[in-house]
Amino acid sequence: MGQTRFNFMRYGKATLAVSAVLVMLSLLSLGVRGLNLGIDFTGGTLIERQLGRAATADEVRQVLSGADLADLDVAGAVIQPLDNPRDVLIRTRPLSSAEIERVDAALAAAFGGVEVLRTELVGPVIGAELLRRALLAVALASIGILIYVSVRFQFKFAVAAVAALLHDAIIATGVVSVLGVEVNSPFIAAILTVVGYSLNATIVIFDRVRENLQRGKEKSLVELLNRSLNETLARTIHTTATTLLVLVTLFVFGGSTLRDFILVLLVGLTVGTYSSLMVANPLWWLLKEREERARGEANPAPTP
Amino acid sequence: MSKGEPNGRLVPYDGTGVHLLAREERSLPRGNIVRIVVILLILAATGVVLYRFPMQLGLDLQGGVHIVLEARQISAAAVTDEVMERAMAIIDRRVNGLGVAEPVIQREGSRRIVVELPGVSDQQQAIDVIGRTAQLEIQDPFGRTVLTGADLADARLGVDRFGRPAVDVQFTPEGAARFAQLTTLYVGQPIPHRLDGELLVAPVVQEPITSGQGQITGSFTHDEARNLAILLKAGSLPVPLDVVEMRNVGPTLGQESIDRSLKAGIAGLVLVVLYMIMFYRLPGLLADIALGVYIMLVLALLAGLHATLTLPGIAGLILSVGMAVDANVIIYERIKDELRSGSKIRGAVRAGFHRAFTAILDANVTTLIAAGVLFWLGTGPIKGFAVTLSLGVLASMLTAIVVTRWLLVAAVEANPKGAARYFGVQEAA
Repeated sequence: MGQTRFNFMRYGKATLAVSAVLVMLSLLSLGVRGLNLGIDFTGGTLIERQLGRAATADEVRQVLSGADLADLDVAGAVIQPLDNPRDVLIRTRPLSSAEIERVDAALAAAFGGVEVLRTELVGPVIGAELLRRALLAVALASIGILIYVSVRFQFKFAVAAVAALLHDAIIATGVVSVLGVEVNSPFIAAILTVVGYSLNATIVIFDRVRENLQRGKEKSLVELLNRSLNETLARTIHTTATTLLVLVTLFVFGGSTLRDFILVLLVGLTVGTYSSLMVANPLWWLLKEREERARGEANPAPTP
Repeated sequence: MSKGEPNGRLVPYDGTGVHLLAREERSLPRGNIVRIVVILLILAATGVVLYRFPMQLGLDLQGGVHIVLEARQISAAAVTDEVMERAMAIIDRRVNGLGVAEPVIQREGSRRIVVELPGVSDQQQAIDVIGRTAQLEIQDPFGRTVLTGADLADARLGVDRFGRPAVDVQFTPEGAARFAQLTTLYVGQPIPHRLDGELLVAPVVQEPITSGQGQITGSFTHDEARNLAILLKAGSLPVPLDVVEMRNVGPTLGQESIDRSLKAGIAGLVLVVLYMIMFYRLPGLLADIALGVYIMLVLALLAGLHATLTLPGIAGLILSVGMAVDANVIIYERIKDELRSGSKIRGAVRAGFHRAFTAILDANVTTLIAAGVLFWLGTGPIKGFAVTLSLGVLASMLTAIVVTRWLLVAAVEANPKGAARYFGVQEAA
């Protein structure tokens, strides 16, 4: 593959506008629809069981609404069938361990046996704390990266990189909100991976911009950016492709436990690659141009 | 460029095998052989580490109960470090009583204790034993507490005179004296035994007991009596602990997760290996070898550091394979650039690695910053994810910069004329 000569920057302002709209829509969805928070955040009980025989969600609900469980108030639980027709996942309000045992006994009696696949019990305090820590983690990581990139590059690069990073985090979260995917603690790890991945791509391109900037061959910032983007394009394609290969196999073979996690990564990876090319660079360009214009106005005004 | 013959053929054969060997050695200098030996040694070392220290699997993979307890603040009594440490020591003794193979008991934050019990599937029993305050009180008929659990020297499973499970208790000398006094004073009257305020049994004193030996009877099952003995012997918790989080993964689901992620990991890896060979030919294959070293290195680091491999951890590991390839791609694209702008292959390889270094360094340090924050703020599985991600980043940098470089330099030295073709670029004349 020879050196490409795409004029990326021609669309720079348009993609920035598109991104601004996407971020706005994401925030809107987050505000209106919110996130489908799982028990890790809201607190609650998750009961995943293999029953003695295949059972429908309705049959399971009948058992939960039964008289002997009436005092547990679990009739309104979320019942989710799984890949295996004998497996069932039940989400309820926080139950004590003893109460969970009663649910198990009722299930065993109705369906001829019950095997514990997974039980999770999260108190409401833990959930609220997790959310607070997640936001804190994104904020602290952003600040750390801002400082590092400012030192190694320039402040403007850092601002553009962090803006692209927040762009990815917000849009990935927005997509999750629109799709109504359940959000649990691995989601935080997924978002931070997306952020790290996108940042990786951004930094590799900025590294080239920094280098070309030092050479000083290009006449304009647009030329400089286009050249840098084209020079790193092969890397962008190969790295995105290999990572996508891995993610798609994980999505296919990973089973239901990992599927939501991988979905977030797939969305985030796509958005992240896009933002490294078409958000971080145009943004840096705008910042840099403004600076040069300001300097242009300030300098040629000699005192009389 | 001519379809270059393998380099060795160009050496005029002079009839002495020794001489030919010497020529070949010149084409692959001693330094390269040493480097390849070093790579093999690294591989061997990782193999030994993995053999000696089997990978520790998280509870989500091997099955078990994970419990987070929080100390309840009662009145003015502060939950101090000392109180928490005492509570942990008591939990440790109780867990040992249960006979769990490799329990983990960790402090988390100022008021929480995390208990992990691999292989345990009965969460109710675990919570009963671990979380109970187990404050035993033996009272006089007027409800005044005379003896507490602290007066016990020993407690063990026994049988009462009807052959039913009971708890045999042995008092400390001081406790024995008070017990003797109590039983002397109230012959013919009931003396209530309470556990956490709940009445266990109120036996009627038949005669004064001065031996310091007693027995707690009741309608216990064998397990209940054994657990009560464990609780009494370990001592009472200095603060009440509430269960704020509990996760229990059955062995079936754990095994299924292992099988699935193993399958996904191998499939993903094969695809990446093929992709690299398809687009980068020989250098791609070398990068794949480096990738193999990378995977062994990460696994050995995880095992050697006794880090626990969790499900999100495996996802992070598999993902980091994709990211590990990145460094090689950056380097190879740089080498291509150099070749295109007219460098000779040796110079291009040297310059390629040199110029790719800043990009790789900066990109990886920023990822490490994110992983570091995750490690610091995260708990449980998130922490595991951060650990595998950080180790993955460090190991990928090392293998890309060192292993790939050594292999590539060796390949170029072995065949300097044809090497440029590896990159699909015509070397400038």
